Amino acid sequence: MKFHAGRTALICYFVLLLLPIYWMLNMSLRTNSDILSHFALIPTSLTLENYAKIFTDPSWYSGYINSIIYVSLNTAISLLAALPAAYAFSRYRFLGDKHLFFWLLTNRMAPPAVFLLPFFQLYSTVGLIDTHIAVALAHCLFNVPLAVWILEGFMSGVPREIDETAYLDGYRFPRFFLTVFLPLIRTGVGVTAFFCFMFSWVELLFARTLTTTEAKPIAAVMTRTVSATGLDWGLLAAAGVLTIVPGALVIWFVRNYMAKGFALGRV
Amino acid sequence: MARIVLDRIAHSYGVNAAGVREFALKPLTMTWNKGGAYALLGPSGCGKTTLLNIISGLITPTEGRVRFDDRDVTEVPTEQRNIAQVFQFPVVYDTMTVAQNLAFPLRNRGMSAAGIERRVQDIAKRLELDTCLGRRAQGLTADVKQKVSLGRGLVRPDVAAILFDEPLTVIDPQLKWMLRSQLKHLHRQFDFTMIYVTHDQTEALTFADQVVVMHEGDVVQAGTPEQLFHRPVHTFVGHFIGSPGMNIVPAAVAGDRAIVNGLEIGLGRAYPTLPAAARIELGVRPEAVAFSADGRGHPVTLERLDDLGRYRIARVSLAGCTLNVLVPEEAEADLSGGEPRIVFDPDRVNVYADGHLVEGEAR
Amino acid sequence: MEKRENQKAWLMILPVVVVVAFSAIIPLMTVVNYSVQDIFGPNDRVFVGADWFLAVLNDRRLHEALLRQFLFSALVLVIEVPLGVLIALAMPRKGIAVSFSLVLLALPLLIPWNVIGTIWIIFTRPDIGLLGHTINSLGISFDHTASPFDAWITLMLMEVWHWTPLVVLLAYAGLKAIPDAYYQAARIDGASAWDVFRYIQLPKMRGVLTIAILLRFMDSFLIYAEPFVLTGGGPGNSTTFLSIYLVKLAVGQFDLGHAAAFSIIYFLIVLLFSWIFYQALNTIGTGDRR
Repeated sequence: MKFHAGRTALICYFVLLLLPIYWMLNMSLRTNSDILSHFALIPTSLTLENYAKIFTDPSWYSGYINSIIYVSLNTAISLLAALPAAYAFSRYRFLGDKHLFFWLLTNRMAPPAVFLLPFFQLYSTVGLIDTHIAVALAHCLFNVPLAVWILEGFMSGVPREIDETAYLDGYRFPRFFLTVFLPLIRTGVGVTAFFCFMFSWVELLFARTLTTTEAKPIAAVMTRTVSATGLDWGLLAAAGVLTIVPGALVIWFVRNYMAKGFALGRV
Repeated sequence: MARIVLDRIAHSYGVNAAGVREFALKPLTMTWNKGGAYALLGPSGCGKTTLLNIISGLITPTEGRVRFDDRDVTEVPTEQRNIAQVFQFPVVYDTMTVAQNLAFPLRNRGMSAAGIERRVQDIAKRLELDTCLGRRAQGLTADVKQKVSLGRGLVRPDVAAILFDEPLTVIDPQLKWMLRSQLKHLHRQFDFTMIYVTHDQTEALTFADQVVVMHEGDVVQAGTPEQLFHRPVHTFVGHFIGSPGMNIVPAAVAGDRAIVNGLEIGLGRAYPTLPAAARIELGVRPEAVAFSADGRGHPVTLERLDDLGRYRIARVSLAGCTLNVLVPEEAEADLSGGEPRIVFDPDRVNVYADGHLVEGEAR
Repeated sequence: MEKRENQKAWLMILPVVVVVAFSAIIPLMTVVNYSVQDIFGPNDRVFVGADWFLAVLNDRRLHEALLRQFLFSALVLVIEVPLGVLIALAMPRKGIAVSFSLVLLALPLLIPWNVIGTIWIIFTRPDIGLLGHTINSLGISFDHTASPFDAWITLMLMEVWHWTPLVVLLAYAGLKAIPDAYYQAARIDGASAWDVFRYIQLPKMRGVLTIAILLRFMDSFLIYAEPFVLTGGGPGNSTTFLSIYLVKLAVGQFDLGHAAAFSIIYFLIVLLFSWIFYQALNTIGTGDRR
């Protein structure tokens, strides 16, 4: 009986989890006047008008493109910087290693709001404001420490004897790292990429502050839905639904590794 | 109490891709006597852990009955059987002290506090755990943890059988030996039935009165270590037990003589009625072959010689068949030059038809 | 095998140090710089020493925001951690249901934070929202834009909805890592379901729960986008948390020195509490203190 109680509770939880998302989907398929004129659990007159508008209006769809560009850039930079560092942390002792590791993690604790203004000034000074790379670099603040953290956990799971054997077999380090070591931790790389993607994708504060028009992320574009007649709820909902899609696709691909990634981080 | 009877049990974890029911354990009937020390020996995946879990009740067999004495316990849950189990990796309750760990099964069965205290003290003393009773289980070394998990079984006054699932896997080699002798000692003291699963033949052979060899879900042979060594009923057993295992050589047998690639070898028994179409093989332990010092026997070519300390193993080729020969340290036979020859001990040459031992008739 | 001593490892760390220096150290130095100056324009600034820090310490609105922040983070931990563990316990262990459950769970985590706010505005508005409409039609007046209490309820609902899945995923990963032998041993020992939870599952989840508590504390303490979109810090100041107040000071009022001093104190508070949690969680349940 207990088993069934647990299962029932779980199903209830998932229903509650999906309700707000369903509601947004519901709104996105209706016109604004329809939404405001009557309340309906299940939409009666479906329309794809809102989606059509987003896909045809460049000021809308470029927001998605911008977001995807800086998120991909950030994921690539984070992984490239974190891979050698995580290897060093998992394999060697060196001056200040423990302090450095903790210091990296503290960056995860810094309130993003603290960095807003300095970031704006810094990127203005070097002329990077309103570029994709600016947002990608800013997101490194929290993604690089995270990537080092997760990758270090995976790398520590690979026996150190493998490195020694490879050196004895005459491998030079770069070749060893690329052809022997990376394939061994490819799950870890995938999990790390997922988390970098996720945290960069959901962040708004930096992305909004560091961009004005050219690299404006979708999350910031969404604040434009106020027109003369008030908020266009249908359009807003449709834009919201579309922000979920890339994430949902990514989770589907890494679903089997997701739980694993959490378990391996070192505390 | 408790003689354990397995009555035609079989177990399947489900059907395979082709829709055929696959048996992890094929039907078997067996009796385990009270107070006996049994070993279940076999390579990984041979069904020995499944068998163990059926006895402890963690798995209900798909077919057959399990009886403890005359009580049918097939459907009885684990906690109501008087069985304890020690697992491959030490299972201790990390947040409890050693004493709390030992008291845990008694507390769950509603024993009085005074009774628990007495039992725990007694068992701790016998397991030499009395010095660390107050320590958290988490910080202990693997061997002490394993003793604690054994203690949780021994502490229960009702326990009739303790099952061991490769309990020494994670223990250091030196400690392994010590723990094993301690376990043997405890077995004599407590008189519980002990069923010990292992894939290590030394462990099984030095430990048990009865060894059950399993292969692909089947019990191939059950017998004393001696029987398994000298009269393996199946070539698998001969090959699996012994280091190196039994030499298996294809041959033709007529009466009390065997022909191996044209060479004639004398046998200790006669085999007048071998099945005609069967694949006939000879099984000879490396210990039953010797280099002859006087020029008798069959000429061989020496392929290599491994020194294993107390003895050497020679790999020789006899008319195209490779054989291992055990060379005792004191053997004077000159292997370096000339033509070495080997002789077989006819009484220790077994004949197998399609892998199964043929008894033969005394000459 | 022991780790080898190798100072060349610093070369491998270098890219990370460069990236983080660019995105953390330089901005942080700017903040420190601001915090001791009064800035009127690009070339017009005065050194004011600890004045801004004193101002921050005496800022009554900031004290209120800090109290609110602590209340919020405490509620988040008290609700999300037990709830997350319970859901993780109810999760299926194998089969196709696992994949579906995991994907569903991760869904809220992958929605941009301001969209989270948007979803909840749409969901809770009395006129068009499913929740707001339903509650109002039950005869209970509910409006998160008017009543501070309703605003808090909505905010907590949103926060629990958004972040409990993270706790579930972590706890689930911890549960999955427990070998079957523990459950089997517990059955042989006659342990109850509660015993299994108390003596096996909970201790084995300690590591992942430490991460969960740390992450949830940090992120809830730094929360900005969701309440900003949902309530804008109102009604009144009732949902003005530290980050919202900070952005108001820095961007809204361009009060740089004040904001910078505030930032540093804010950062130190998060650091201090994370460290306390980390130490506390590492000693609980391990027994032998070092």
